[in-house]
Amino acid sequence: MGVLVIAEHDNATLAGATLSAITAAVRLDDAVQVLVAGHGCRAVAEAAARVQGVSLVRHSEAAHYARPTAEDLAALVVDLAADFTYVLAPASTFGKNFLPRVAAILDVAMISDLIRIEGPDRFVRPIYAGNAVATVQSTDPIKVVSVRATAFDAAPSGATAVPIEALEAKPHSDLAEVLAEQLTQSERPELTAAEIVVAGGRGMGSAEGFRLLEEIADRLGAAIGASRAAVDAGYVPNDYQVGQTGKIVAPKLYIAVGISGAIQHLAGMKDAKVVVAINKDEAAPIFQVADYALVADLFQALPELGAELKRVLAK
Amino acid sequence: MKILVPVKRVIDYNVRVRVKADGSGVETANVKMSMNPFDELAVEEAIRLKEAGRVEAIVAVSIGAPACRETLRTALAMGADRALLVTTESELQPLDVAKVLKAVVGQEAPELVIMGKQAIDDDCNQTGQMLAALLGWGQGTFACGVALAEDSVTVTREIDGGNQTVRLKLPAVVTADLRLNEPRYIKLPNIMKAKQKPLQSMTVQELGVEVAARLKTLQVSEPPPRRSGVKVSSVAELVDKLHNEAKVL
Repeated sequence: MGVLVIAEHDNATLAGATLSAITAAVRLDDAVQVLVAGHGCRAVAEAAARVQGVSLVRHSEAAHYARPTAEDLAALVVDLAADFTYVLAPASTFGKNFLPRVAAILDVAMISDLIRIEGPDRFVRPIYAGNAVATVQSTDPIKVVSVRATAFDAAPSGATAVPIEALEAKPHSDLAEVLAEQLTQSERPELTAAEIVVAGGRGMGSAEGFRLLEEIADRLGAAIGASRAAVDAGYVPNDYQVGQTGKIVAPKLYIAVGISGAIQHLAGMKDAKVVVAINKDEAAPIFQVADYALVADLFQALPELGAELKRVLAK
Repeated sequence: MKILVPVKRVIDYNVRVRVKADGSGVETANVKMSMNPFDELAVEEAIRLKEAGRVEAIVAVSIGAPACRETLRTALAMGADRALLVTTESELQPLDVAKVLKAVVGQEAPELVIMGKQAIDDDCNQTGQMLAALLGWGQGTFACGVALAEDSVTVTREIDGGNQTVRLKLPAVVTADLRLNEPRYIKLPNIMKAKQKPLQSMTVQELGVEVAARLKTLQVSEPPPRRSGVKVSSVAELVDKLHNEAKVL
């Protein structure tokens, strides 16, 4: 009966997290359809049609899908869902918002934050801020699942495209209306997709302190992350937050600077391949998960690191 | 207007949880429990709306074992007006909780439900959305700002790229994110006063809700441990190791 993947996109490009969800979908069933609902998003549907493993793209256009509300998106998805065994979306704020609504209307349980598939009805997900993992078995006819993007590689794109089928939009619900969006502008790679993440905590001391990190990030082509303490102190915007309640990252290299390493922060980064911690407190819990630990004052270490990187990367 | 605030009793956020040896779950015996931090934010927000003169009554509700009474007393001490305990023997999953809450909403007829965006134990982030769906109400998830108007509520939401503002027709469900507010410190006289506030108790059966866990937990295990790292003595050594040993630069 196949898998329906709901694409996350900004009407211009397909979000990387969607590609990870497609990889999970392909492992569940070989009939994978992607729903692209948006406004002026033909290019996104065409990109989805070229992703390997996808057999059909459903494309729904409406002005109210430009930034769809959970109410509108759930109504569209629920109507399609009856034909599928699985309904998947990325476990981003996009997927977390509408997917439980879909599950409840279908009267099925939902599996949040899938990190491993153990069978057609067996799924592994983290609980307790990633301090335990649970294997759950679903007894529902339709399995509604959000997929943790960092746990699955992005599905590759090929040259051949599968058909795109138009899907009629549902009328706009008057329950909710998107009034505005304020997005953080950044030239740097997107935090959840970056190969290298440089993150700062309360130890950075100020927004100015974060400039030191920006220099390192720019030299490495890295994204910048932050602990909750740094966000609450107003050093950086809240969408920089890495952790249980922020973003989950699993880059090749994670450099934690002035971050103590509370349980809630570790939940968001401990699957990074290599973790570096720079902290002046030798007892900081971050050192327990760090592959390379440097006990040093960050205001001395960071300029040195910048100079050293310049020297090594120039080679 | 009346606000309903669901609160959950969970293992305290500072506790390092231990997985049981038989893989059936995590150890909860003799472990410090407290109100789910996101629910605290929800209670605080409801109180602030009441203090702003827009709200007449705040009803806190918790579902679970009799020990959830403690959590409700905390909500009352913060400033909720009365509390409801819905007892059950079984461990409820978000869909069940949403169904129980729907029945409570049917009895209480609140115009707004404010709850945490997720519980820090199951990390599901589902119940608020499911409740909104079952009621056919609008939802404002991951709220960092809430403004009440006559027949609508405007919610600023934390989304991956920044913030989004949505306007919801009332009644509606709002789920609280960390930056919504700073919960107040509970003073001793308020704890004493909370003991006089009404706390009504009923069972899931009395509410007429059938609960049936659809997800079966087969196993709970420890995540793979990270191998212990090495200490470097200088920035130069660090960069050298990243470059030549880990080969990530």
